[in-house]
Amino acid sequence: MDFLSLKKEALTEWNDLLNGSVPVIMVGNATCGRSAGALSLIKGLNSEILTRNLDCKVLEVGCIGMCYHEPIVSIYNPGKPLIVYGNVHENDIEKLLEAHFNKNEIIIENIIGTIGDNKLNDINSLFDNPVMKPQERLVLNNCGIIDPTNLNHYLANKGYSGLQEAFQLSSQKVIERIKESGLRGRGGAGFPTWKKWQFCKDQKSDIKYLICNADEGDPGAFMNRSLIEGDPHSLIEGMIIAAYAIGANTGYIYCRAEYPLALERLRLAISQAEQNNLLGEDVLGSGFNFKIKIKEGAGAFVCGEETALIASIEGKRGMPRPRPPFPAIAGLRSKPTIINNVETLVAVARIMQNEPGWFSKFGTEKSKGTKTFALVGKVKNTGLIEVPMGITLKEIIYNIGGGISGDKKIKAVQTGGPSGGCVPANMIDLRVDYESLTEAGTIMGSGGLVVMDEDNCMVDVAKYFIDFAHKESCGECAPCRLGTKQMLDILEDIVSGKGTMEDLKLLEDLGKGIKNGSLCGLGQTAPNPVLTTIRYFKDEYIEHIQNKRCPSKVCKELIFYDILPDKCTGCHICFKVCPASAISGDPKELHKIDQSLCIKCGMCMDKCPEKFSAIDVYPGNKVLED
Amino acid sequence: MNEKLKETFSSFEGKEEELIPLLQKVQENLGFLSDESMEEIARFIRVPASMVYGVATFYTQFRFVPKGEKHIMLCRGTACHVKGAPRIQEEVENQIGIKVGETSEDLKYSLENVACIGACSLAPCAMVNDSVEANLSPKKIEKLFSTSGGR
Repeated sequence: MDFLSLKKEALTEWNDLLNGSVPVIMVGNATCGRSAGALSLIKGLNSEILTRNLDCKVLEVGCIGMCYHEPIVSIYNPGKPLIVYGNVHENDIEKLLEAHFNKNEIIIENIIGTIGDNKLNDINSLFDNPVMKPQERLVLNNCGIIDPTNLNHYLANKGYSGLQEAFQLSSQKVIERIKESGLRGRGGAGFPTWKKWQFCKDQKSDIKYLICNADEGDPGAFMNRSLIEGDPHSLIEGMIIAAYAIGANTGYIYCRAEYPLALERLRLAISQAEQNNLLGEDVLGSGFNFKIKIKEGAGAFVCGEETALIASIEGKRGMPRPRPPFPAIAGLRSKPTIINNVETLVAVARIMQNEPGWFSKFGTEKSKGTKTFALVGKVKNTGLIEVPMGITLKEIIYNIGGGISGDKKIKAVQTGGPSGGCVPANMIDLRVDYESLTEAGTIMGSGGLVVMDEDNCMVDVAKYFIDFAHKESCGECAPCRLGTKQMLDILEDIVSGKGTMEDLKLLEDLGKGIKNGSLCGLGQTAPNPVLTTIRYFKDEYIEHIQNKRCPSKVCKELIFYDILPDKCTGCHICFKVCPASAISGDPKELHKIDQSLCIKCGMCMDKCPEKFSAIDVYPGNKVLED
Repeated sequence: MNEKLKETFSSFEGKEEELIPLLQKVQENLGFLSDESMEEIARFIRVPASMVYGVATFYTQFRFVPKGEKHIMLCRGTACHVKGAPRIQEEVENQIGIKVGETSEDLKYSLENVACIGACSLAPCAMVNDSVEANLSPKKIEKLFSTSGGR
């Protein structure tokens, strides 16, 4: 079948679905939905539909990004808009079906919003929701809306029309379109995508490769996972366009093995594309050949670095090599190779699907378009978001994120994962674009955005990241391999009350040395979390070093637990659970913690019944204070 | 050579580049990488066994002891860390009686840390076999792994 007939068939199917006479129930079934119970929900739905003998379709869609509302269920009844319900659990099924199919009603309390042209009285469109309103969904527009396992759904939503457009142009013209869009690499460094492509295109070589980096290793980030799970064909379309532009006939997707569902959806999408002449020989009659292979990453953060990723595909230890030559000149098997991030490639598909000038309308002068973020940590509304470049952190955290959970005080925002830094609360008006973030000492990174509140200890956070970098260091460069270990040891000293003021200077010197003496991005950025926390949260370090107190009550050696005499009823539960036998007291009598025995595991506080809440934790060290 | 290994190798060509997929497949079929299986892989793709071992130990995915019946991967991503993952780890270790990196003697449990499973919005979380357990708390851990009853 040619592309136009394919598309026509797809449009018919799509229109029948959302304007048809048969009701449709959609369930968000990405990893986040599943973690919240989507699979058993679907099972329950299907059996209840069977029992009630209802005529309706059940569809599994990707993640719309409102992970805190999962499982999300949307119901379409003919003549009405799609109604989106949040936090739907198995025991809500009967109520929902009864309302929608027997009583022709809706259930107001769980509604998040509606999707579609039809309006319902008093109920806002989902996209007018305060969480959605500041967002611009250019890349994520299909996620949670289409069935990722159905090629027709993608085709009906402009799918592969960008590829069709690209084939009308010369490969040089495609590169120019990307140049005009201002797209910069979304993997972290922000290098202009067109420039990289141009280097590769200009190489004379019989074989060239395109690699999609889907080895999302940043702890605290899941944008690529959601995007692949919810809309895998967009990535494939972007890859074909990129390959066409640079002249590559083989592509690889290097995806983490920890993402089983993303891998499953990718494999299915690739086989669908192959069956419909979107991949393989003579794609859509253009004369261009392209095939995609999947390589499963084996769990090494450093493989996010281009040359390490290439080594890994070649079957070696994932260790970076010096550049130049850059991979665009000599990469995989010494052939010219382009490595692009998932989001970059999906953005390429969108740019080609829309008219010139569309993408660059969004964003700032130097950072065009949008960026997806995994908004996590201590915000109320955690999830996957896509915002125009230039939006402030404040808007992201308070409008989209709904503020800090438990209405605590915000302390810091961490971007860029282990390569990034922590921005303090007083800089919350900072704009999110490549330049502003770099100036503040952090980086855009691939899109992790972790919000921390007053309960998070910044020294502990710095230690966490340096520990991560140390474990993930491939060991090639001594400054990274040994330097991160030294930094970790010093931080261990500080959090256990053995730090000195000289340590701060030493940490800074070491940090600079590691940055200068490392070959790849991992080492060059590994000290960032420590350096930014010293820059912005020096007081907290000093409190640990001089006063031997952890003000956020996190670092075990610098806190103590105590029993509140006016609240303890002598229920004896803490006595029984204490693994160190540090609690004494007879039943019905006031209990007491022997601080010299206490291992500060916090078990007593966890187990103390809430109605008593007789145990609390304090900064400092009671043994010293006594 | 072990029949299972032979069968695993049959879908490969024996090229050096196939080393990582080979290790992954063997681990999938045997549950872990035994010394014998790594030596066979080395022979199959004609490289020194030391190279196979070098690659296998580089990547965190590979394990050299068998998995437990319940394989628990505790997420130590940033979102999980700031939401109390260290405390969760302590509680799991307490409940099942082994430390991270170990497999219990009766092969019932194995416990591992994983960098991030990408369910950050539901932190802290863990993977038990193939399912994600989300929004963990010490109380929830007790329910999940309590040796007296539970699942």
